[in-house]
Amino acid sequence: MPQQPTLAIQRPQPGHLVVSLDGSWTLHTSPPPPAEFLAALDDSVRHLAFACGGLDDWDTRLLIFLRTVIAEARSRHIEMELAGLPPGAQRLLTLAETVPEKTTYDKSVRETLVTRIGRATIILFDQIREVAAFTGEIVLEFLTLFSGKSPFRARDFFYFVQACGVESLPIVSLIAVLVGVILSFVGAVQLQMFGAQIYVANLVGLGMVLEMGALMSGVIVAGRIGAAYAAQLGTMQVNEEIDALRTIGISPVGFLVLPRMLALMLMLPLLCIYADIMGILGGSVIGVTMLDLSLVEYLEQTRKSIQLSQCGQGLLKASVFGVLIGYAGCLRGMQCGRSALAVGEATTSAVVTSIVLIVVSDSIITFIINS
Amino acid sequence: MTAPAPAITIKALTMAYGSFVLQRDLNFAITRGDIFVIMGGNGCGKSTLLRHLLGLKPPASGSIWYGEENFWELPEEDRARVVRKTGILYQTGALWSSMTLAENVALPLLHYTDLPPADIRDLVAFKLSLVGLAGFEEFYPAELSGGMRKRASLARAIALDPEILFFDEPSAGLDPISARILDELILELRESLGATLVVVTHDLASIYTIATNSVFLDGDSKTMLATGNPKTLLQECTNETVLNFLTRGTGKREVRTV
Repeated sequence: MPQQPTLAIQRPQPGHLVVSLDGSWTLHTSPPPPAEFLAALDDSVRHLAFACGGLDDWDTRLLIFLRTVIAEARSRHIEMELAGLPPGAQRLLTLAETVPEKTTYDKSVRETLVTRIGRATIILFDQIREVAAFTGEIVLEFLTLFSGKSPFRARDFFYFVQACGVESLPIVSLIAVLVGVILSFVGAVQLQMFGAQIYVANLVGLGMVLEMGALMSGVIVAGRIGAAYAAQLGTMQVNEEIDALRTIGISPVGFLVLPRMLALMLMLPLLCIYADIMGILGGSVIGVTMLDLSLVEYLEQTRKSIQLSQCGQGLLKASVFGVLIGYAGCLRGMQCGRSALAVGEATTSAVVTSIVLIVVSDSIITFIINS
Repeated sequence: MTAPAPAITIKALTMAYGSFVLQRDLNFAITRGDIFVIMGGNGCGKSTLLRHLLGLKPPASGSIWYGEENFWELPEEDRARVVRKTGILYQTGALWSSMTLAENVALPLLHYTDLPPADIRDLVAFKLSLVGLAGFEEFYPAELSGGMRKRASLARAIALDPEILFFDEPSAGLDPISARILDELILELRESLGATLVVVTHDLASIYTIATNSVFLDGDSKTMLATGNPKTLLQECTNETVLNFLTRGTGKREVRTV
């Protein structure tokens, strides 16, 4: 059991104050607050000394107390004698005071509103320039692809095709089937009231083909692949791997970004077709089990309700989403700073940017086609 | 006899991030065949200077000359041609983590030469054996220790037989023995390749072992304080900051290579 820390004040002669610190002054004990003691340092005190005969144990707690006392005594021009303190404490106090002030990194300057607006504007313009440069580089590298001088490696491309295509199938299946089920449930409740259950097939079919197939596979791929791209490129940025490519004259866009983007552009429409089919199958399960429709009847109704041009609309959306997700993921990865924190931010930002772009572009495409 | 022509000349160079100036008025020349050390405390701009030299970041003002060519005034293709004659060993190694060692070393060769695959395989095996990594062709960077990664990165840096080799803190993160082995390897390679070496470091043991010339960048006064052979500087330099750095703050003018 540590001894309770105590503090006693003695006045051996007028104007002289001796503080004796006893017990255990550590972070695990609660010493008397310094305020009481500071009150004793009035104008009559001219000399301050310490006595630590009864001090068993001390750590930073004691030093913090002493620093407060010393600062106060100094501001009142009281003469101090530190000789009574433990030698280790004296040395640490001296050390803490001799740390040189670094003036080069002065961050304490307060910025005015105008400065902040100005800085934000400069950053905004820098970002616009960066995005434009990145876009331009993608276009140029895409053109060199046909000249045969591109550093593009087919092996990387096929690797990414596998990662965003085949390996996404299980999760896309699950989500698409469930979306089909949800759509048919929502429709069934209303349509059953009019005895028009068969039109559930139209609802599910059109819903999947026009909208949900592309949207759902887009969102899944944004989370799975967009985030992975940002994290991969961000980590390469941190490890100076991208600088290493630049210095041997290989364009990181041609070498790293293009295979990733092209793989997504190819695979997302295919995933969308797959999601459409899975969604329709999901809907048919509800149609057959709950609405007493036969499977053939349901599928025939679906076939009649969907036109090829409508499938085309879904595919167009999926292709656009593929470009946008690849673009956002790679952009955020290439913009990544040089720390672990920055990689995390790049990943989050890639997913958020992709999803915003997906929804916005979806609205625009739907509006243009239907007006 | 005239003095050998400088490989790199730096004239009135100012380095800055936005309005934050790192260094100003840098003037020095790196002679062909030298092992030139850029030294200085943390955060004084050593690595930024390398980025300027490698064409990764344009300097705020001033010029960098490779031989007779003003590097940052050159059109981009010519700048790439200049950089192609250099190799660099990054602080972290910066091997491409998705490729094996053989592919890492082979990539610059594939990109710049038309050699048949068999020749490239031989070249890669030879470069890897130069740095003591024969037989590690099929390993991925993550499967190697820090020292091995540095050496593999060196093999990649010398893949195209560069005229100038840059090293960014080669001994950072290495134990004293691996650091010494790397230093010896650096000396050996200079002898045999006849390359000019530019080394950014603050490892004193390394500085005294390898350097033939140096420049000292100071973060507080934001400029270079001294240039010359570090051993000579140790004996003759009168600047307190430089002397403090070269003697680890003890002020004793004796070379201590551990």
